[in-house]
Amino acid sequence: MVSLKKLSEKEELLAPGHRLCAGCGASIIVRQVLLAAETPVVIANATGCLEVATTIYPYTAWRVPWVHSAFENAAATIAGVETMYQLKKRKGEITRDIKFLAFGGDGGTYDIGIQALSGALERGHDILYICYNNGAYMNTGIQRSSATPKGASTTTSPAGRVIPGKKRFPKDLTAIVAAHNIPYCGQTSPSFYNDLTGKVQKALSTEGPTFLNIISPCPRGWRHETDESIAMAEEAVTSCFWPLYEVENGAWRLTGYSKQIAEGKKEKTSVIDWMKKQGRFRHLFTETRKSFLESIQEEVDREWENLKKRCGY
Amino acid sequence: MIHAFSGNAAVAYAMKQINPDVVAVYPITPQTVAMERFADFVADGDVDTELIMADSEHSAMSCCIGASLAGGRVMTSTASAGLALMWEVLFVAASNRCPIIMNVMNRALSAPINIHCDHSDAMGARDSSWIQIHAENVQEAYDNIIQAVRIAEHENVRLPVMTNMDGFTLSHATERMETLEDQQVQKFISEFKAIYPLLDVDNPVTYGPLDLYDYYFEHKRQQVEAMELAYDVIKKVGQEYGKMTGRSFDMLHPFEMEDAEVAVVVLGSTSGTARVAVRAMRQKGIKVGLVKLRVFRPFPKDELREMLKGMKAVAVMDRSDSFGAFGGPVFSEVRSALLGEDVEVVNYIYGLGGRDIRQDQIEQVITDMSTVAKTGKVKSFVTYLGVR
Amino acid sequence: MKEKGWKECLWGGLIVDAGNSVLYKTGDWRSQRPIRDEQKCTDCLQCWIMCPDAAIKVKDGKIVGIDYDYCKGCGICCKVCPFDAIEMKEEGEK
Ligand SMILES: Cc1ncc(C[n+]2csc(CCOP(=O)(O)OP(=O)(O)O)c2C)c(N)n1
Ligand code: SF4
Ligand code: SF4
Ligand code: SF4
Ligand SMILES: [Mg+2]
Repeated sequence: MVSLKKLSEKEELLAPGHRLCAGCGASIIVRQVLLAAETPVVIANATGCLEVATTIYPYTAWRVPWVHSAFENAAATIAGVETMYQLKKRKGEITRDIKFLAFGGDGGTYDIGIQALSGALERGHDILYICYNNGAYMNTGIQRSSATPKGASTTTSPAGRVIPGKKRFPKDLTAIVAAHNIPYCGQTSPSFYNDLTGKVQKALSTEGPTFLNIISPCPRGWRHETDESIAMAEEAVTSCFWPLYEVENGAWRLTGYSKQIAEGKKEKTSVIDWMKKQGRFRHLFTETRKSFLESIQEEVDREWENLKKRCGY
Repeated sequence: MIHAFSGNAAVAYAMKQINPDVVAVYPITPQTVAMERFADFVADGDVDTELIMADSEHSAMSCCIGASLAGGRVMTSTASAGLALMWEVLFVAASNRCPIIMNVMNRALSAPINIHCDHSDAMGARDSSWIQIHAENVQEAYDNIIQAVRIAEHENVRLPVMTNMDGFTLSHATERMETLEDQQVQKFISEFKAIYPLLDVDNPVTYGPLDLYDYYFEHKRQQVEAMELAYDVIKKVGQEYGKMTGRSFDMLHPFEMEDAEVAVVVLGSTSGTARVAVRAMRQKGIKVGLVKLRVFRPFPKDELREMLKGMKAVAVMDRSDSFGAFGGPVFSEVRSALLGEDVEVVNYIYGLGGRDIRQDQIEQVITDMSTVAKTGKVKSFVTYLGVR
Repeated sequence: MKEKGWKECLWGGLIVDAGNSVLYKTGDWRSQRPIRDEQKCTDCLQCWIMCPDAAIKVKDGKIVGIDYDYCKGCGICCKVCPFDAIEMKEEGEK
């Protein structure tokens, strides 16, 4: 358990004055990540909302060394930085501990950046890659990504008279990452800051490549009120749409609230209830789309059961 | 020291002597052998380099950018499709002023797929703000790489440098060549000076922000300036290196130009063949000269103009085409440089996909030029040499 | 900031003044203003850890105010407060 009081004594490394939308989940995630880090960090950021809105020239919100190169190459960029660090360490030119982080959106991670990510993980760089997953290409105007939930209406998977929004379930990137047999990876949510900061600290103290997939509410793209972000990221977890878990050296483990659900200590909520609160799913709540909606609940339930099994329940 | 080295072996050897901090690469013919050789040096502990075997050329260049901005001396190597895949991040490297050195073994672009030499790869990257130097032979390829370090890292320049050599023609040809001693190379290139490195965590910097209409143009203007200043740096570095080795290095290398009335402009390994052709045609009484273009970026426009003005006809040899344009890329540049001069400039596109260029073909070009000089009439401004 | 010419700015858009975004005040985006009731507040810091704009000021583990220069008025602090100590009021309203 981290103590908020302790954390609050640390310097804010993401300065205010950035231009992410009011209530944006990405900045909450970054703040929590940077507060959790106990050593200096260097960051590479993929193109996307976070990158764009925090560094509008001549301003930067970053109080840590930071680089944006392109959309698909945050993992490769940070790998290069980290490699230079390893050389300097080997030569004794640097002695202090520095950690290397990459932030990419779901587009920059699930889609266009998956190759660079996979390569960096396989090569074993000592990095923590964080996907802030808001389930669409938000920066370019809410286009679908392979992380977009089934049924969500985006500008390129619009809900029409015939098609009910995105047709397919997101791919399971965290499992794909886990299949690289890296020492540590997992999923978390900013609504559970304890879970999030704990996992960041674990990842940063692990040697080798680590990865966290963090659900990142986006009031603009999910179409909910700005004050609902934390509630949305919470219900994503309680409904088991976004379970909290980690994979440490091959061992799958549910954590926090998700663990409590699996152990019967907390109630699992309905994913349909969560969807009802977001405008991107509004079109699904009609008589004719009832079965489609139910199929989503079924798929979430099935995935949850699979995950529980993997985690030994 | 004297060696018999292929282009690939020479590149690997130059890299070994430079001993860069980080090298990130991906295999592609015809430069793969250079990387294999270099990997051997790493495996044997002959260099301090951290070698990244990336997942693609795009990632390789991205790793190079990261390592360069972190504060390292960084090198890579590629060709053809590899360079094309890097295209996006070539601009990122240059715009962030990363003094990365990249060996390019020039090779045709797909499709159809072809592994042999032409200059389409390098010419496709001509506007990326990379300095481009082209080698005539294996010796020059080696020499250029070592000079490139000094040029790229010069405080007035801080731009990446692409050292080109013709795929297979040079990469796989074994030539007699001379190398410097390791200490000579180290002394010549001297210590790398990092500027605003990312690893300086006490002085955090932001690289690559969102730069809109209010500043982007200014940042591009700075690159224009760096290219202009590079001109002088390339010349001085060439002179200094020349003094050390007894070989000469300039932007342009004229041959038999003193009394020439017509000229051929060429870059890369074809310069050798062209020189032989010039000699032969001189014996036949044609006052022809040759200008080897060693540096394509920054383009030595003023010097070229000085050298070519007064010619009656100039043939520009291009080993790539710019489809739909008026002639190949080298032709366009040379013609612009000669704007206002009373010189007929014509273009010969040759050697695409590794098609051989023979001495007699260049002699024919020279004969054509002589005819243009006599008649003042150009039959065709763009000719495809050696195509059926 | 006065716009500089190409000779005056650092190359490539490099920014060396880390965190200078504080010069850009996002407070005027706000249409609703969070008001904290000091009586109800227990300094649990939930609002602080959830604020997207680092606009909740903390000193020695206690909330010392809301930075209206940057607060965008998202209302998250109000929503997450377990003690109903923050109220959102229309800007301009007393
Ligand atoms: C190579 C390339 N393709 C496309 C784009 C356009 N582009 C920029 S950001 C972006 C979407 C980013 O989506 P995501 O990674 O999910 O981040 P978000 O904006 O949602 O935070 C796209 C498509 C680009 N910059 N580069
Ligand atoms: S569009 Fe969404 S992700 Fe982007 S800044 Fe706004 S709230 Fe954040
Ligand atoms: S309204 Fe939003 S921005 Fe303002 S203090 Fe509360 S959480 Fe922060
Ligand atoms: S969440 Fe409420 S009680 Fe807790 S510190 Fe903030 S205002 Fe005070
Ligand atoms: Mg996204």
